[in-house]
Amino acid sequence: MTKLINKRPTKWLALCLGLLPFIVALFIYQAASSARKAENPQDKLLPSFTEIKTAMVRLAATPSKRTGEYPFWEDTKSSLVRLLKGVSIAAVIALTVGLLAGAIPLVSAGITPTITAISLIPPMAILPILFIVFGLGETAKVVLIVIGITPIMARDLYQRVVEIPSEQLVKAQTLGAHSFHILHRILLPQIAPRLIDAVRLTLGTAWLFLIAAEAIAATDGLGYRIFLVRRYMSMDVILPYVAWIALLAFVSDWLLLKLSQLSFPWYHQNQAR
Amino acid sequence: MTSNVSDLADSPIAKGSASHSSSSSPLVIANNIVKRYGDHTVLEGLNVSVNAGEFVTLVGTSGCGKSTFLKMLLGTESPTEGQLLFNGKPIAQEPSPERGIVFQKYSVFPHLSVIDNIMIGLEFTQSRVWGRLLGQARKQARAQAEHWLQAVGLTDAKNKYPHQLSGGMQQRLAIAQALIKRPSVLLLDEPFGALDPGIRKDMHKLILSLWREYELTVFMVTHDLQEGFYLGTRLWVFDKDKEDANNAERYGATITYDLPVSDMAYSHPVTQQPTALKSALKSN
Repeated sequence: MTKLINKRPTKWLALCLGLLPFIVALFIYQAASSARKAENPQDKLLPSFTEIKTAMVRLAATPSKRTGEYPFWEDTKSSLVRLLKGVSIAAVIALTVGLLAGAIPLVSAGITPTITAISLIPPMAILPILFIVFGLGETAKVVLIVIGITPIMARDLYQRVVEIPSEQLVKAQTLGAHSFHILHRILLPQIAPRLIDAVRLTLGTAWLFLIAAEAIAATDGLGYRIFLVRRYMSMDVILPYVAWIALLAFVSDWLLLKLSQLSFPWYHQNQAR
Repeated sequence: MTSNVSDLADSPIAKGSASHSSSSSPLVIANNIVKRYGDHTVLEGLNVSVNAGEFVTLVGTSGCGKSTFLKMLLGTESPTEGQLLFNGKPIAQEPSPERGIVFQKYSVFPHLSVIDNIMIGLEFTQSRVWGRLLGQARKQARAQAEHWLQAVGLTDAKNKYPHQLSGGMQQRLAIAQALIKRPSVLLLDEPFGALDPGIRKDMHKLILSLWREYELTVFMVTHDLQEGFYLGTRLWVFDKDKEDANNAERYGATITYDLPVSDMAYSHPVTQQPTALKSALKSN
């Protein structure tokens, strides 16, 4: 008989096994919610699926009486725009810093201590400074994301550049390359897929800072809504919002992976070996 | 894939015919070279001169300084004392196009296809700012690269990426990549050390045929004495000629044997070795 450690699930079985915990969790929730409702029909802690649906229809499919907009989609849009801005700016800075510091010892000597120092500051601790300097508008929120994730990404990319075998750099020089040639044709293309990796890894952290900034000062956004309805214990809004954030995070991670696989097949096939 | 080169390399005995420009002044001259790292002397008393067209193989135990000397020729290490002349001038202290290199590993660029890997050497020199050729210039460079693909027998793998190639094919690629620059010397740092014996034999044929056809000057570090005898026209043995029992790092290695490799040595590589040489290399 095959030993347990040698048994491999088929594709379908793997999918079913993966979905099982989610289904179980939904059933447990349903049961717990019914039990609490039976005791107190006004219970707000574990709203029924019908109540959640009603709340979401109100937010996502009914125009707001005041502005005529759909709050759920407006929240989603605002949050995604902030996230995209923050992550893009962070990616550009991190790529520039990581590449230059990794490739040029003189730059590394000048910039590494600063990056290390910045990465030691807890970003949340300087959030008040950001609000004072940049006001309560969009800038402060984007800057918080940038400050939160840039040092992590820059240090990661620096490490990836340094890891590129020095043989390649020597070889390029024997082929007539000057420093910019090496940056542009040898290091940058090899770092590009690793930049996508770095973005995927820091996306969770970026969401953390986004929600935190929105919770403190915002007039829309997914984090804003969650912290707004918290006052009324509106679990029927908070729970689907959290699930929605998780889904957005999952989809963006998957899209980045696909983008990387399409653009850099050599990188992913190398990794598989 | 090897068929197109094997006919060129049928008889390695015919080598030596490539000592074409030996009448001119030596290509490489080493004058009393010493290399130290702190108190640790790696090399000392190194005096040699090499003419264009020679195929020099460097053998010796590990840590004997043969790779250090190759790195001096490459420009990534410099002598502590003494003079290393290349074409009559002190050798450049950083890698440059007149000295091609093939390492044991990591010599090719993983993000470029085979043809792009070969072409990039032309792109660097012909496009001084961006290192990227377009249009007609690219077509010409591509045609030139295809010639070298054929020379090393990689035409069928033109559009593959290095990770799709076997170890031997990757080394063929690394050689073609270096040769497209037509370097004055080709430096090989244990290029076949990681290959299977069968593949290594094919590579020996290839490198000899390329050496003869393109009149190369080759320096090759190897830990395989047989390989050194088989390929070289000249074999250098790196070893210490004096020992300090209390301080192993006091004296450095030097070239203890500088052997012209005759055809006879080739046909009976083991029996023709001097006994002292054999004992000097017993750890191999």
